[in-house]
Amino acid sequence: MAAPETPQPTTLRHAFGNVLSLFVLLLIGVLAFSIRLFSFLTKNGVYDFWNWFDDRTWYPLGRVIGGTVYPGLTLTAGALWRIFNSLNIPLSVETVCVFTAPIFSAFASWATYLLTKEVKGAGAGLTAAALLAMTLNTGSLFYATLNAIAYFYMVCSWGGYTFIINLIPMHVLLCIVTGRYSSRLYIAYAPLVVLGTLLAALVPVVGFNAVMTSEHFASFLVFIILHVVALVYYIKGILTPQMFKVAVTLVVSVGLIVCGAVLAVLVALVASSPTKGWSGRSLSLLDPTYASKYIPIIASVSEHQPPTWPSYFMDINVLAFLVPSGIIACFLPLSDASSFAVLYIVTSVYFSGVMVRLMLVLAPAACIMSGIALSEAFDVFTRSIKFQLHGATQNPEANAGEGSNVDVVKTEKSEDSPKERASRKSKKKEKENVERASLVSRIEKRLLVLPMEASLIAIFLLVLLGAFYVVHCVWAAAEAYSAPSIVLTSRSHDGLHVFDDFREAYGWLRHNTEVDDKVASWWDYGYQTTAMANRTVIVDNNTWNNTHIATVGTAMSSPEKAAWDIFNSLDVKYVLVVFGGLVGYPSDDINKFLWMVRIGGGVFPHIKEPDYLRDGQYRIDSQATPTMLNCLMYKLSYYRFVDTDGRGYDRVRNTEIGKKYFKLTHFEEVFTTHHWMVRIYKLKAPRNRIRGKTKKSKSKGSSTTSSKRSGARKKNPWH
Amino acid sequence: MKRIGIDLSLIFVLGCFMLFAPPVLSDLVISKLDRRIDLSSQIVRTTMSLKVENNGVDAVSEILLPFPEQQAKNLASLTAVISEGKGKTKSYSGSLSIEVAKPEGMPSDVIFYSVSLPNELGKGGSLNLEVKAVFTHILRPFPEKITQADVQLVAFQDSAHYLSPYVVKAQSLTIKLPEPKVESYTKLENTKFSGSEIKYGPYENLPPFSYSPIVVHVVSNKPFALAQELVREIEISHWGNVQVTENYNLVHAGAELTGEFSRLEYQARPNIRGASAFRNLVARLPPRAHSIYYRDEIGNISTSNVYSDLGKTLLEIEPRYPMFGGWRTAFTIGYGLPLQDFLFRSEGKRFLNISFGSPMSDVVIENLTVKIVLPEGSSDISVSVPFPVKQFQETKFSHLDMVGRPVVVLEKTNVVPEHNQYFQVYYRFSNLSLLREPFMLIFGFFLFFVACVVYTHADFTISKSSPSYLAKLQWDEVQTAIQQFQDIMNQCLTVHDKLEASLRDLSRTGDVQACKAARKAADGLLKELAKELKPLVSFLQSSPQAVQILPKVEELVGKERELQEKLMLKHSTVVDSYEKKSGGRDIENRVAAVQQRISYLREEVDELLDIINEI
Repeated sequence: MAAPETPQPTTLRHAFGNVLSLFVLLLIGVLAFSIRLFSFLTKNGVYDFWNWFDDRTWYPLGRVIGGTVYPGLTLTAGALWRIFNSLNIPLSVETVCVFTAPIFSAFASWATYLLTKEVKGAGAGLTAAALLAMTLNTGSLFYATLNAIAYFYMVCSWGGYTFIINLIPMHVLLCIVTGRYSSRLYIAYAPLVVLGTLLAALVPVVGFNAVMTSEHFASFLVFIILHVVALVYYIKGILTPQMFKVAVTLVVSVGLIVCGAVLAVLVALVASSPTKGWSGRSLSLLDPTYASKYIPIIASVSEHQPPTWPSYFMDINVLAFLVPSGIIACFLPLSDASSFAVLYIVTSVYFSGVMVRLMLVLAPAACIMSGIALSEAFDVFTRSIKFQLHGATQNPEANAGEGSNVDVVKTEKSEDSPKERASRKSKKKEKENVERASLVSRIEKRLLVLPMEASLIAIFLLVLLGAFYVVHCVWAAAEAYSAPSIVLTSRSHDGLHVFDDFREAYGWLRHNTEVDDKVASWWDYGYQTTAMANRTVIVDNNTWNNTHIATVGTAMSSPEKAAWDIFNSLDVKYVLVVFGGLVGYPSDDINKFLWMVRIGGGVFPHIKEPDYLRDGQYRIDSQATPTMLNCLMYKLSYYRFVDTDGRGYDRVRNTEIGKKYFKLTHFEEVFTTHHWMVRIYKLKAPRNRIRGKTKKSKSKGSSTTSSKRSGARKKNPWH
Repeated sequence: MKRIGIDLSLIFVLGCFMLFAPPVLSDLVISKLDRRIDLSSQIVRTTMSLKVENNGVDAVSEILLPFPEQQAKNLASLTAVISEGKGKTKSYSGSLSIEVAKPEGMPSDVIFYSVSLPNELGKGGSLNLEVKAVFTHILRPFPEKITQADVQLVAFQDSAHYLSPYVVKAQSLTIKLPEPKVESYTKLENTKFSGSEIKYGPYENLPPFSYSPIVVHVVSNKPFALAQELVREIEISHWGNVQVTENYNLVHAGAELTGEFSRLEYQARPNIRGASAFRNLVARLPPRAHSIYYRDEIGNISTSNVYSDLGKTLLEIEPRYPMFGGWRTAFTIGYGLPLQDFLFRSEGKRFLNISFGSPMSDVVIENLTVKIVLPEGSSDISVSVPFPVKQFQETKFSHLDMVGRPVVVLEKTNVVPEHNQYFQVYYRFSNLSLLREPFMLIFGFFLFFVACVVYTHADFTISKSSPSYLAKLQWDEVQTAIQQFQDIMNQCLTVHDKLEASLRDLSRTGDVQACKAARKAADGLLKELAKELKPLVSFLQSSPQAVQILPKVEELVGKERELQEKLMLKHSTVVDSYEKKSGGRDIENRVAAVQQRISYLREEVDELLDIINEI
């Protein structure tokens, strides 16, 4: 029994390393926001939290926090904080938030371990999946309920729960189709759907979506199918075979008609809703090109882009090679649980291929698969070594003659590994025809044995692989996932250089502007601005209102005067832009600018993408279009940039800028950070009217303004 | 215009003194007075050396030092000492006690401080008094708002003649300037401007309360760092650490920046475009300060440096952005200090001896709160501070506290580096209280483990006769029985192995007798095992819980018996053939059928064992 025990710790550690890093990744993404949520929670309690109307964001609309967030993590962190404080352990809000992540990754790896054990174990997704697997094996209602609660927690925490609620029905369907229906399957699934849906509807952000949107439709359909199948099995048990046949034909013909009717109604219902009942994000999952075609705001998020191959290698590293062997190992004895794992990995690979963000879903699946693969490999190699060692001691006898038979018997006894057992089990039925089979299996087993040296080297290599993987995970967790995107570092010959410009700007805003001032920026910086600068923003990372975002996008793509009008009507005092041209920080606003144009143009048609492109190319050099060179974003980014080096060389775009010398008429620079990465401008106060001038302009432009007024009104939705 | 307005009002107020000519207080005469005013930083320091003579009859025990209300309001510290001797032999007394006095018949716009002399000054006696006054907020930026390109100008108002209730025979005033650039200054008779200093005087034989307002308007680009709020928390841990945490709320109190801030200009010529801005602050921490950190509410601030040597630790911090006039920031610095450097014992009490103010020498503090967190269980607390402070106590709950830690809170406004003096907090604390928290932890964990032990060993069934409970009991019994059964089976299998081994030995050595003996022993063992097996099997047959497993068990027993038989058969055949001296191949042929059956049975048995094991 030594063989299966050795790989377990490594599997666990692997799972841990990767899941840890991914959870950290997940948390860092929303950390700024959740800290804010959480500090509110700790100050005001749970009930106020549900009813919290946040007027700091989405000015002037505000945001109903209780109804638009997944509260799971925040509530957990809040509970932890309360417990610690009641024990007189003063932890800061941030500390609790940050350490929730490792705690969860520990839970996640534990859950992964359980799931793996179920799939390929000695006895009996993530937590929900593990529990489901447990239910499948034990058929206990207790675990099924636990499963529903775990699912509830998942719904509380992340919108990705739809993945689980679709994956599980798929598995159940697979089981039914392959004739693996059992009462255990029923017990595992039915309570989950009923309880899970009820519990999910309790979360305000989900609410009636739990029964109304198509994402949850699959689970109900399978729920019905499951009941039909259960009924069929029940009737089959009651009736005689002949009667059963008659009944089947009757029921099938009637059932087909009913099903057709129901389907028609469903299709009609679904088709009548504008997005066919599917929310945009989910649609872009099924059809990867959907988002870029229809919803620029979803496509503009880098997390929603398809990942590149290097990113796979970066995130899952050697697991990428171990996964296929793991899948093969799962098929060797295909049980309910291992079929679940296979389904899990296949779907998650597909989804991660659609969106980088769903790499999160892939990670545990990959961990499970490669854990299985490694475990199998270790099993084979250690068994071979064991066999060879026995062989070595018994070599003299083998020479003496009769040894060969005995040897086989011997080895058979020492092979108490789960793999052997499993493979034997699968062949159990064949073995009815006795002796030949046993001979065959004996030969097979002997073939499975590898030479001593080869297996030693292989084990060594595997351990090395594992070690490198651990090193990689630690590195990735430290460098890629833990390094916050808000503090950038670069290594040069004279040491580490820190670019702390974002916090510099937020710090400045926090202390040197009025509390009620509104700050406009592209929505990427919304959460950060509310959390770090404590100022009201117009749009933020919770991109629920496309029109509002489009307004900001329009302002950024308009000329100065029009932009000033829009911002002024939104009561904006400061405009914040991110500019990487001086130090070569590529994810700045100029590079994101086309998305602003697209999203803005999607709502306000006078913004046209071609106006900003020269021959289909996006450029900011002397070939750029005048619209581009006169838009607010260009001006705010490059204001007085030419004075830095005399020619205005942009280090991100690697070109000299097109328009070098210009003045701002409606905005004034109030702060620029050390590396120019964040520039903050203040809207100038409207100019006092000088009597003579206004008269002149009035008489001059009376005819033009009146004709333009209607157009201007359209351009600015807040007038 | 505003400036001139204030000047006029001052002149008016002080002109009143001249008109009403308040009564002379005593017969004291200041025979010589030297005033030096240092404007080189935002803190204005005035040093005066007075030679006081008593020309009256009565002995005098106190000397009055008047200040105009405007100045008195911003007076941060006032000290007076008596000096004796001259030049190198000069010696100073301890600082004299000073109190606010309200002599009768004096205008309310002038605040009087009375210096109590240690010995009364008799008739004709004289003494030398050195007075040092420190003011904040009396350098007013003018203009109040400047652009990035402008220099910062400050205005200072005072009187060229020393405001005194006594006759001053000879006096002079020297004003030290921050930079040798003067916008304007009041020119009186005997005024000299020498680049870095402006000198007024000497003036002779001026009556009491003579006043001659002057205004000096000069360039000062010195940092005007003002901490509007500073909370210092000093936490004592008797495990060897004094943790100091300082929360600053800082503002540049100089001329406010107006208009654009251009980073370009600032980076290109920081000394011209942003002359009055300050980039960094230096905190002079005690030696052996450790675990130094510098952060604000949005995280660590990476722009700081520490230089340390034996005498001090210098912490150089840069706020996130350069501090221009009117800009604010907030940050926290913290550091640990070794306990033995600051905590001492005297007469059964412990006392903490640590400095009062901020370690930053350029910072003026408007409101300073010093909190000394003593360990839980401290008692008999008293504080001794060399200057008046507001003082009260509160309680703080921290790690593993039951009743909370006593906190001594000291509050003072308008704190300048002159207040960086040592103060003492005395308290009693027994060393046993130190062990309370570790013991609490140990006890807590002990209880937890005891609870675990109790839980695993205790039976929490509510009803001892409930069917599920009985079933569980039975199931436990069945499990132990199966365990025993498995042991026996495994023993049987080892016996089988031994038999096989004996056969191998036979083929190697040809020792038939030994082989027979082995067989006999094995036979005996197997019989014993079979005896043990019987009650177990019958128990399993009788138990309703074992229904599932029973068929397997019975099958296993059967298979094992058959295996035994076959093995014996094989054994005897082989041994027989050996005795008959037949060839190896011959034997193999004869046993082949049996052998096949044996290996098949053996596999079956193994499998069954596994199945039972899994159940």
